[in-house]
Formats: sequence, structure tokens, C-alpha cells
Amino acid sequence: MAQPQGLLYSKEHEWLKLDGDVGTVGITDYAQNSLGDIVYVELPRAGSGIKQFGSVGVVESVKAVSDLFTPIGGEVTEVNRALEGDPSLVNRDAFGEGWLYKVKIANVAEKDALLGPAEYETLVAEGAH
Amino acid sequence: MPAASEMRPEPLIFETGQPGRANTYFRDGAPLDEFLPETALRAGLPLPDNSELDVVRHFTRLSQRTFSIDTGFYPLGSCTMKYNPRINEAMAAQPGFRDLHPFAPDALAQGALQVMYELERSLSAIFGMAQFSLNPAAGAHAELAALLIAKAYFRKRDEGRERTTVIVPDTAHGTNPASAAMVGYKVVSLKSYARGRVGIDELKAALGPDTAVCMMTNPNTLGLFEDHILELTEAVHAAGGLMYYDGANANALMGNSRPGDMGFDLMHLNLHKTFSIPHGGGGAGAGPVGVSARLIEFLPVPVVTRDDAGAFHLEFDRPDSIGSMRSFWSNFSHIVRALTYVYANGGEGLTRISQLAVLNANYVRAQVKSFLDTPYDETCRHEFVASAQELKRETGVRALDIAKALLDRGYHAPTIYFPLLVPECLMIEPTETESKETLDAFVASLREIVETAKSDPQKILDAPVNTIVGRIDETRAARQPDLRWEPAKV
Repeated sequence: MAQPQGLLYSKEHEWLKLDGDVGTVGITDYAQNSLGDIVYVELPRAGSGIKQFGSVGVVESVKAVSDLFTPIGGEVTEVNRALEGDPSLVNRDAFGEGWLYKVKIANVAEKDALLGPAEYETLVAEGAH
Repeated sequence: MPAASEMRPEPLIFETGQPGRANTYFRDGAPLDEFLPETALRAGLPLPDNSELDVVRHFTRLSQRTFSIDTGFYPLGSCTMKYNPRINEAMAAQPGFRDLHPFAPDALAQGALQVMYELERSLSAIFGMAQFSLNPAAGAHAELAALLIAKAYFRKRDEGRERTTVIVPDTAHGTNPASAAMVGYKVVSLKSYARGRVGIDELKAALGPDTAVCMMTNPNTLGLFEDHILELTEAVHAAGGLMYYDGANANALMGNSRPGDMGFDLMHLNLHKTFSIPHGGGGAGAGPVGVSARLIEFLPVPVVTRDDAGAFHLEFDRPDSIGSMRSFWSNFSHIVRALTYVYANGGEGLTRISQLAVLNANYVRAQVKSFLDTPYDETCRHEFVASAQELKRETGVRALDIAKALLDRGYHAPTIYFPLLVPECLMIEPTETESKETLDAFVASLREIVETAKSDPQKILDAPVNTIVGRIDETRAARQPDLRWEPAKV
């Protein structure tokens, strides 16, 4: 399965879409598939400062509760309110409607620590967790 | 008892009965408002009105639908569902123990206090600790007690402000980080290295002046004994931290190795697991917390002591104690059951119990690995993990579906999806009390499920079909929980 182009990826299976110094963050299709049906998403508060690779929230599925790590640091500007009523959006459309939050990036150079689609695909194919 | 599939669904007790059905034994008794003030009486409570016979049948039928260790094999990893010998119950039911009031003065409760004292001494000897308190009510409760003890210790040393971090390996029990967070510690998760254990270099990198406690489960949730346990405890001590031992897996240890000798400062036991007490379904547990010599003064009270004249006392006067973890002294009948188990088996018996628990787990693992992946493929302790990851890729059948199919075949499901570091994980703990025939039959069922998954996966995806309730929509239950019955509005 090829990973969507134009996105950056973390080893913890989050994706980042860059638009200047604004980033949109979600979890990958591989992550939602491994987690199974998602029943609750706890997101960082809008306005809060977050550090790259820090734990910023929680994704709860019928199987497990997992920490959510942010692929990039900065200030959270917006969270996906639609997930409060329907967390299954993450299962159905992890790269689209199931986005988690937007962040005003403090240091865009942090993106260099992330993976490209081909590198991330290799990581997934190895079955790393 | 009819097969589950032939049973009808049992209605709620609230949905049965008729006004006036309840048996009345004192027809001419005075009305309630002669005994109680009006403010204490409520009208219009929707209490069920059933005859005694219907109530007895209702609850007996429900009990017949309950799976228990008394009805079937229960390989629930890290939960140690072993047989509960009936002699435990006979001892706990003796009137002298059963009817004793918790406020009875020490002089009138010497036998009960001796039981508590002797269990405390036995546990200290079996696990190499200086002293235990029997006060906490269950495992996670005892974890909380242990972390409060650590906090009190550092406060007394004036290090409370600096030591803010608790290190928890990813092979530890899931309650550990939760307990640490409840006490206000910051939790640092430690990834295990390739052999599924804690690496000494990784641990050293995580240690610092902020380290308060490192919480370990050994053998861990993969059923593996740590490679470098002495070096690990030494490194934590060198950094000024304390080592905590999660005793949920103590069934692998008794008489074979002792956490105290490994260098642990704090530990808890789940008496209801290792010491053969009925549990499951949230029943009462018992979670003694044990400490090394330097932490004795912080133990929860009361602790039972024996004076020079041989009399036993509940000791409360310990100024540095973290206090009591609960009302009264302990789940006392469990203390009687656990001591009965210790004395019925003796030191040699307990040693053999742990060895047989390890043997049984390896016997099952050696067969399961011919049809399911067993990551970390080596001799395990009392439990092991298998993975359905490859099966899922091939057939779409997941660990969850295997667990459901096991219900159809008369087994309790193993623990699934834990530990998190093994995808599509099944954690299997057979315990020492199962016969070779039972283990063989279980392995045969598991093998048949995997074969069916390959030839006709839909059959496994539809399971269970032989249970009173079929496949439950777990996602809907979590997303739209309907937690309580409400009376129809009149």
C-alpha cells in the first residue's frame, strides 16, 4: 500500500501536511487499522503549546488506549471538533476528514526529522510499531 | 444445565413480577412509618415485586450462565486464574473467623491476629522483603500504596521536589503508569530491547536526579525473566531511585527467586491470583504491599505485631506511616484463604507450584508455535504471547476473533491486545492446576480455529454462535454506552 504523497510522517504513525508555517496533523491509515475501531480521541487544547514528538493526547480504540505524539511543535490553532461526535471519522478517512488538529509551527526546520512517503512505507512494511 | 444456545434470554428482574407478589412473612407487623421518620421513607421507588421462588430462579439461572474456573479452563494471561482449593473456603467459613467483629479488642481476636501475623511473615520470607502490610484491598490499590510510600520516603529525605519521575517499561502491567500518575508522578515509558526485556543502557539513559521509582514486572507481560535484573536494580539505586516490583506475575517465582534478593525495595502481591482466591468479575481482592528495611516506617497501618509475651496486636502508632488505605484492616477472609494455601502446600509445595506453572506454559507454547507466531521464541515463565498478525494478513481473522471462537468451544478467552508491543497479541497463562488432557484439548481447539480461519474465515468472524449472547457490537457499546435500566415513565 503506497502512502499518500505530499505528507510527512513520524515513526509513531502520525502524518503532517504543511501549508507554509501551518501544519495539519492526523494519524495514518496504518495506525487506524492497527488500532481498530476508535471510540474516543482526546486532543490538545487550542492555544496550547506543544513540543515535537511530545505526547499531546490520547486515541482510544476498542483494543487499547494509545498516546498521541505530535510530529511537529508549535501552537495548536484548531482541533477537529467533528471527532467529538464521531471519532469513527479517523477510521473511515484517516488522511482527510479524520484530521486531528492544526498547529502554527514554531520551527519549520523540525520537519527534517520526519519521514517521506517512501521511507514511511518501508517502516510500515517492516511491521515496526 | 442445558447448552447455552438452548437457553432463553433472561429478563431483568425489574421487568418481571406483579404488584403484591413479594412474600410477606409478617403480615401483622407494624407499618414502617412507626419505626422510621417520614424523611427517611421514599414512596414511588420502582422496586421489583417478585415472589421468593422467582427471585431464586432468576439468580440461579444467571449463575449458571457465568463462566468460572469451576466450570472451565481460563487461560487469562497475567490474571492467574487457578483452581481455588475448597479447604480455603472451609477455613474462611469457620465461625471464629467469619463472625468476628472488626472492632473486637485485640485480646478477643488473638487467633485472627495470629493468622494475619503468620501470613505477613510467610510472604516476607517467600518474597525476601522485610515486612508487608496486608491493608490494601487489591493489586492496583497496593501499587498506589507503594508509590505513596516512595513519595513519603523522598519527602522525609527532603528530595520530594526533585524526584518527580517514574520509569515504566513497555512490558510492565498497564496499571503501573496509571498508579504513578494518580500519585502525581510524571511517567516515562521505556521501550524494551530486541529480547523483549529492559536494556541496561536504555535504563541508564532514562535515569537521572529526577528519578523516583522504576516499576517493573518480572517476569514481564511477555512471560520473560529480565536478562540483567541485578544490574538494573543497581543502576536505579545508584541514581537514588527505588525499585518497585509488580507481583501480578508472582506465580512464576515462589520458592525459585525472590524480589528482595533481586534488589527491589517495594512490591505488591495479588493474593487473589497467586494464593488461590476466587476472583474475576470484580470480586474482592487482597493486595499486600511489602517493603525493604529502609521503608518499613512508611507502611500502611495497621500492621500486626507480636510482643515479647507472644501476644498479637494491631499496631497503628507509626508516625511516618502513609496511613490506612481503606476502612478496617484488610479483606480478612482472603487472609485466611491465603494462609491456608501457604500451609496446605508448604515451602516445597509452593516451589513446585511455580515450577509446574512454568512447565504448563511452555508445554502449551511449544505446541501453539506450530500454527501461530510466537514472538520472543524462547523458554518462557508462567505465560507467553502468541500473535495473530500473520493470520490477520492472510485471512482477516484477528486475535479478537480467535478469542470469540474460543468461547464457542467452552474456554474463557485469553488476554488479548496486551502487551501493546506485540500486534494482534494473545497472552496465554494456563497455570499449574490444569491437567495435560485439558491443555491438549485447548491446544487442539486453538489449532482447529486457526485451520478454520484459513479454510472458512467467515465461520470464525461470526463467532460466538454457541453462547447465550452472540457477537457483541463492542464499538457501539463504547461509543454509545447504555449503562442503566430506567423504569418506564408512568
